[in-house]
Amino acid sequence: MKITVCIGSSCHLKGSRQVVEQLQFLIAENNLKDEVTLGGTFCMGKCADGVCVTVDDKFCSVSPDTVDDFFKKEVLSKF
Amino acid sequence: MRKFDTKVQHLKYKVLREVARCAWNDTLLEKVSDIPEMIAPGPGPTMRCCVYKERAILSKRIKLAMGGDKENSDIINVISIACDECPMGGYEVTNACRGCLAHRCEDVCKRGAITFDNHQKAHIDKAKCIECGACAKVCPYSAITHNQRPCQSACKVKAISMDENKAAAIDHSKCISCGACVYQCPFGAIMDKSFILDVINLIKESENNTKNKMYAVVAPSISSQFTYAKLGQVITGIKKLGFHTVIEAALGADMVAAAESKELSEKGFLTSSCCPAFVDFIKKSFPEMLPLVSHNLSPMATIAKYIKEIDSNAKIVFIGPCTAKKGESQLDEVKPYIDSVLTFEELQALFDSRDIDITTLDEDVLDNASYFGRIFARSGGLSDAVAQGLKEQNLDFDLKAVSCDGIEQCRVALLKKKKNILDANFIEGMACIGGCIGGAGCLTHGVKDKNEVDKYGKEALEKTITDAISIL
Repeated sequence: MKITVCIGSSCHLKGSRQVVEQLQFLIAENNLKDEVTLGGTFCMGKCADGVCVTVDDKFCSVSPDTVDDFFKKEVLSKF
Repeated sequence: MRKFDTKVQHLKYKVLREVARCAWNDTLLEKVSDIPEMIAPGPGPTMRCCVYKERAILSKRIKLAMGGDKENSDIINVISIACDECPMGGYEVTNACRGCLAHRCEDVCKRGAITFDNHQKAHIDKAKCIECGACAKVCPYSAITHNQRPCQSACKVKAISMDENKAAAIDHSKCISCGACVYQCPFGAIMDKSFILDVINLIKESENNTKNKMYAVVAPSISSQFTYAKLGQVITGIKKLGFHTVIEAALGADMVAAAESKELSEKGFLTSSCCPAFVDFIKKSFPEMLPLVSHNLSPMATIAKYIKEIDSNAKIVFIGPCTAKKGESQLDEVKPYIDSVLTFEELQALFDSRDIDITTLDEDVLDNASYFGRIFARSGGLSDAVAQGLKEQNLDFDLKAVSCDGIEQCRVALLKKKKNILDANFIEGMACIGGCIGGAGCLTHGVKDKNEVDKYGKEALEKTITDAISIL
């Protein structure tokens, strides 16, 4: 599984660093380092919905407050 | 609204704008020969002896605006017919000499080059004069002037001389492409090659960022430019030109600051590698010191490399104040990452070629880097960032940095290092006075307050280098 987080300016200002840090933590905590790769990208063209995150090809709008829910729903449930 | 400092810049801008306008419309081939007449409609001349000379010079400007001679990689070019062949007599006594009794000029001249005629007026024997300038300094009437060509006095690496026709000639084995002469020549006879056509082609080929994605990497010195609009409007304007997104080169500077401070603590001595004109200066004038140059790519190339690693379809254009970056982008180690380079002057021409009035646009955001990445734009910023990099990484190294503001200070520091009398272990080399904010490709070269850069730096969301690059 590949999770891509937008680190462009708009998403950065909305907290993409916190989202990345929390995802790194959650992936490690759930021992998913071999199954999940976390990557960055600059701008997905949906700045209004930031922080923009894709799980494989599925687009999700995430914020630092909703990372845990997002992770449960979109990531953990797939394993 | 005044966009440029001088009429020379404005003329160059008009040429770039018209060339770009034709290129967007795919009419360059049929219209290119009409551009000189469009800019100098006549019938009378407005700049030179006759309108035909004006148009002949404009044709040369157009050629450089279209990328110039592809046979050579020299960025800075002389337009010989535009050179006014201004006098360069060196120190000369003017009519202001009153034939005084004191003869301070004679006393101070160690070479005995000053003589007096029947009216007690001073004369300088050119065969003896070594151009030290002592006589000019002591004359109470300021009667001795220094006639030096503006291009030559601007060129601190002494790459400019006269050719057999008295026109300026550049010795490219010395030229570091800093562009100081381009800005200083009052006749606009020296110009940097432009890659605007390459950029327009890249944008067209990207087919609205579907085939390739266009990334603009913008230098932090933009904080002192486009002052007639808001920075956020400039970002929107760049996207309107056809760029997918805009990224701060300062994020590359954060990456460099972290890597360079580590490299410094391991090697014990380094010179910076951020300023391409400074690095070129070492290559050409201090080649034996090349091993001391940091092995890091510049911030521009560092962030571009990162972008290309995460997006194989990325096409990257650097936009900055620097003519030397155009040369850097052609180096083997940089070429794979940077597709083209624009100056702020050229960006303005591109906006206007598309009739984009940035003052009417909504504000977008630009925030990738930390305070420390952003202050690379001014002299001293790089040293501050390396000090911070050492601190954040808990590296035990006693930094003694010397910040060289302009290429003359760079030369002094390098000479001292060569003789082993430099009391420092890090040379921050910036070819332009003030740092990048003094670059030749700037729209305006007014008194730049380095506090402006610091203010922009403080607006960054991330306050430390570690935080800024932790996202990568």
